[in-house]
Amino acid sequence: MYKRVIRYAGRQSLRSLSLLLAVCVVSFMLIVSSPIDPVEAYLGPDKNVSEAQRQSIVEHWGLDKTPVERFCIWFDNLLHGDLGESITYRQPVARVIGERFVASLWLMMTAWVFSGVLGFLLGVLAGVYEDSWFDKILKAFCLILASAPAFWIGILLLSVFAVQLQWFPLGMSVPLGKLAAEVTFGDRIKHLILPAFTLGITGISNIAMHTREKMIAIRQSEYMLFAKARGETGWQAVWRHGLRNVALPAITIQFASFSELFGGSLLAEQVFSYPGLGNATVSAATKGDVPLLLALAVCSAAFVFTGNMIANLLYGVLDPRIREGEVSNHG
Amino acid sequence: MGNLTANRGINRRKKMMLVVGVSLLILFAIMIIGNRIEPDSLVANFSEKRQAPSAEHPFGTDTVGRDMLYRCLKGLSTSIQIGLISSLLGALLALVLGLAAALLGPKCDHVITWFVDLCMSVPHMVLMLMISFMLGGGTKGVALSVAVTHWPGITRIVRAEVLQLRNAQFVLVAEKLGQSKLRIAVRHILPHVLPQFLVGLVLMFPHAIMHEASITFLGFGLSMDTPAIGVILSESMKNLPMGMWWTALYPGIMLFGIVAMFHIIGKNIQALLNPYTGNE
Repeated sequence: MYKRVIRYAGRQSLRSLSLLLAVCVVSFMLIVSSPIDPVEAYLGPDKNVSEAQRQSIVEHWGLDKTPVERFCIWFDNLLHGDLGESITYRQPVARVIGERFVASLWLMMTAWVFSGVLGFLLGVLAGVYEDSWFDKILKAFCLILASAPAFWIGILLLSVFAVQLQWFPLGMSVPLGKLAAEVTFGDRIKHLILPAFTLGITGISNIAMHTREKMIAIRQSEYMLFAKARGETGWQAVWRHGLRNVALPAITIQFASFSELFGGSLLAEQVFSYPGLGNATVSAATKGDVPLLLALAVCSAAFVFTGNMIANLLYGVLDPRIREGEVSNHG
Repeated sequence: MGNLTANRGINRRKKMMLVVGVSLLILFAIMIIGNRIEPDSLVANFSEKRQAPSAEHPFGTDTVGRDMLYRCLKGLSTSIQIGLISSLLGALLALVLGLAAALLGPKCDHVITWFVDLCMSVPHMVLMLMISFMLGGGTKGVALSVAVTHWPGITRIVRAEVLQLRNAQFVLVAEKLGQSKLRIAVRHILPHVLPQFLVGLVLMFPHAIMHEASITFLGFGLSMDTPAIGVILSESMKNLPMGMWWTALYPGIMLFGIVAMFHIIGKNIQALLNPYTGNE
């Protein structure tokens, strides 16, 4: 029964692999052709470096080789799990990413669950009570959310809750000047709330509006009419026939939004100086840290692929029509 | 007909057109005002630094005494222009590629959809960062990066539309009459795709402007003294602990207003062009 799903998953992974490889090549091309000189970026304003020393750095990094050769070396190392050495952090890239990935994962998952659950509930309510005052307010609210830049919302939250009211810390993921062992779980939560809220709130409008439209379409469907004819009350019918049909596309959309989630985390982490992947990406690009930037680009693509893959598979597993292959134009 | 609508005063169609017209007027006004601001109004004036909003400086002044209202207007007009240029660039690319994907046979289609997927597989912000990085910043880098990240969406729309049209009778007849592919694309298919394309284009503006602001906020693209809205907001971050809330609040509201206006224009045009809702 699941043979179709497995075959579908296989085809999808092949496609993803080819795309991931292309992402590696394209990011490498983009970054290598930058006019920003990595040696210059590495040395910074300190110009007391002789020509010979500079030459040795160039040789050490292999900058004297052709781009194709450099790509082959980099890609070979990548396959062996060696991502190179970060210039700004003076640490192996893998370790930098590993440490930050955990912090980012907490942030993104909190925001993701928050926006998904809240958006879904609001969407269902608005769909059920179409054209009521609640629906109208939600529509206006979603327009506001979709139009307000995430980082600006972050700045406003920061200035109200952290600067004026001082309920929350100004940034970072742990209190300054505390040893790692002393940091309590409560501290982490406290530092997580504002950035996660900023990141989550922008995702709400998409999912709420989509759920609302689906809900309206379902309410006008014939099986809902039939349910009502059998004597089911409004909420009973919604609970029995509506929710499951709305939940499916909502879950898919939520998994497919990994790309925006990662993009948003760049901004949210920058505003709150939260030490995650997004923050590392921005500083890698400003400081010309080529190995780190490359690794992060590939990492973010892998993250997006995972989301899309889960979305596609969930569709196959959860929706009996696709599982049985009725809808053949998918993929 | 005339009598019927005259009784109710203004109908929904006219109301929508009015909304679109007024919004467009405001946007153009900001663009023109921003362009005509004299450089004198943007210079630092240390005797008037860190002033809260007042009658003389409605938006207050920043740490070196520049008037925030002028900076905002200038910044917004830069943002709108970059948004327009990059949306048009991206949309044209999308139109050509979308038509090509749907018309030039399955091989071409595979290649183009593969590239669409490629562009969509890296988060937009990361891709924009890399492109700005490659071009070493500057207005050109920002405009190009926004254009590159936005073509896939419209390409998908155009391609889907064309795929539906490809087997329409009038296209098949044109083929049988021996017309060239280019002629069929331009004469018979393009006019049908145009409404969808226009809606896609207009709905792309708000994203383009928002992304432009985001990328400059992160410190790429425009140099720090250019009054761009992203730059202004990232500067305001440093002023927040000093309690200078006005440097963040007003520019953000302006940006938000512009983006919301583009959203409203897009939604209204969409409803007007759609024959099902256009005549309500």
